[in-house]
Amino acid sequence: MSKLVIAAIGPASSVQDGGRPGSQRYGLVPSGAVDRLALAAANTLVGNGPFAAAIEIGPFGAKFEARGAVRVALSGAPRNADIAGRPVAPDTSATLADGETLTLGFARGGSFSYLAIEGGIAGEPMFGSLAVNARAGLGSPYPRPLQAGDELQMKEASGAPERRIELPAASDAPIRVVWGPQDDEFADETKTLFLDSEWKISATSDRMGYRLEGPALKHLYGHNIVSDGTVNGSLQVPGNGQPIVLMADRGTSGGYPKIATVISADFGRFAQIPAGRAFRFRAVGVAEAQVEARKFAELLRTLPERLRAIESVDLNIDALHDANVAGHAVSAVDAGTWHAVTLADTTGPD
Amino acid sequence: MAATLPPPRLLPSGDSAITVEFSRNIDDAANRRVLALDRAMAAEPLAGVTETVPTYRSLLVHYDPVQIDFDKLGEKILALAQRPVPAATASRRWRIPVVYGGEHGIDLEDVAKTLNTTPDEIVARHVAGDYRVAMIGFTPGWSYLSGLTASLHMPRRQNPRLLTPAGTVSIGGVQTGVQCLAGPSGWHLLGQTAVRTYQLHRDPIFLLEPGDNVTFVAVDAKTFAEQDRAAEAGEFIAEQIAS
Repeated sequence: MSKLVIAAIGPASSVQDGGRPGSQRYGLVPSGAVDRLALAAANTLVGNGPFAAAIEIGPFGAKFEARGAVRVALSGAPRNADIAGRPVAPDTSATLADGETLTLGFARGGSFSYLAIEGGIAGEPMFGSLAVNARAGLGSPYPRPLQAGDELQMKEASGAPERRIELPAASDAPIRVVWGPQDDEFADETKTLFLDSEWKISATSDRMGYRLEGPALKHLYGHNIVSDGTVNGSLQVPGNGQPIVLMADRGTSGGYPKIATVISADFGRFAQIPAGRAFRFRAVGVAEAQVEARKFAELLRTLPERLRAIESVDLNIDALHDANVAGHAVSAVDAGTWHAVTLADTTGPD
Repeated sequence: MAATLPPPRLLPSGDSAITVEFSRNIDDAANRRVLALDRAMAAEPLAGVTETVPTYRSLLVHYDPVQIDFDKLGEKILALAQRPVPAATASRRWRIPVVYGGEHGIDLEDVAKTLNTTPDEIVARHVAGDYRVAMIGFTPGWSYLSGLTASLHMPRRQNPRLLTPAGTVSIGGVQTGVQCLAGPSGWHLLGQTAVRTYQLHRDPIFLLEPGDNVTFVAVDAKTFAEQDRAAEAGEFIAEQIAS
């Protein structure tokens, strides 16, 4: 076995995988990676199943030290990365020799990166998953976000040739939503305002929910409804009119009207929008959303066909350069506020 | 011939779930239909359905849009929802011990004052109730019970508490509930139970099912402390009794 010792890591970083669906009827949310495409791409690079457990790394930098050789791959939010000074391009695999350190910079133009590890992370699954859900005491090897000093175990690197993966170009298109289930709690003018406005994700957001900053959305009949079930991407509107998009660690039920739902194919893209960057929503019908869901499933299924050999070190550096040019400004998220306030402080059973 | 039941509303919750809404209100008849549809869908699983989540007034059906689309699944759900609701279903019945008042139920005195009666009378009304698990949600094991006597209906607190203890038994609006984990709540805290509705490394991990019947029995603080130790070691504490 090899080990990866976490020498430094920011908040909002945890072991995540495909999650544990199936127990929402008991109030247990599935959790799992917020950007499933990035998780699957990273895992595919090191020969894992698409939803194996990986490290979901929040907007801040991190350092990992190898004890024994460890093969990894990084996907998701672009960031500077190097192993003992050798640059690691986004969407490629790389191997740490015994004693080497992988250093990751701040996320640029995204929020979460996924560090997949060849052979997966050793742990004890609960409900078939290693994903961290700290509130429910779930997650392995640690039932909480990762901290400096933690150690993850994995098999020793195979020595397989490194790969890169060609992913579709990142999109800045509006985030698509399907109206409902409670859009009839809002006037048509309010729905128009929702679509016509620019929105920003507040820095007081976390894996339970992303708070949106923008115009207040007025309810027609008040903000209390009888609780009903939630999904990833439920756009609920509490009393102050500032919407909250429910994320992977959401409560399984909620008592605020849900004006719309982010379509599943756009959920990962939405999760990656950095705090403070303006974006818009666009409404689509269920049928169109389902066409997109099928395309997204096909993309996930065919990821292995997108693997490419890495021809030379030069190409590696070019890829990194391209990513730097294409990347957006450094995240405006402030280390002191991100994750400092959780939604648990302001929501409750109803 | 049985009267035709009004069809539920089928509301999309994105592209991978349907909210099957029987009512907009807390309504016992609607909750029975929710639970009946939930059972019917468990008995005859539809291809593509991944899980179902009953709530007071609706059933959330999660599905895989690669396998089935909204319209086709909606038709099948409507057909199941039109079936007559069984008059009596073989539900389990649990008796849950509660220590009321004091540090275990810090709102008992205030609730009594607000309702112009004594704490003992509040406890008597609460233990007299015959409840049903209408839904489990929000956090693991948080069991929402229907059947609260109208004489205990009270608006929720103006200022929700950020942290309430594990095992809290509380009332809010027309509902009562048992929460498993410590967490925020805007309800009035009447007492505490040692029963863990959710406990890892116990079989079953989740004790209560939506549709189960529940009654409460008052215990003293010493009994609670003993039960709490036993519960920590994996005992159910809740007694299953014949219906």
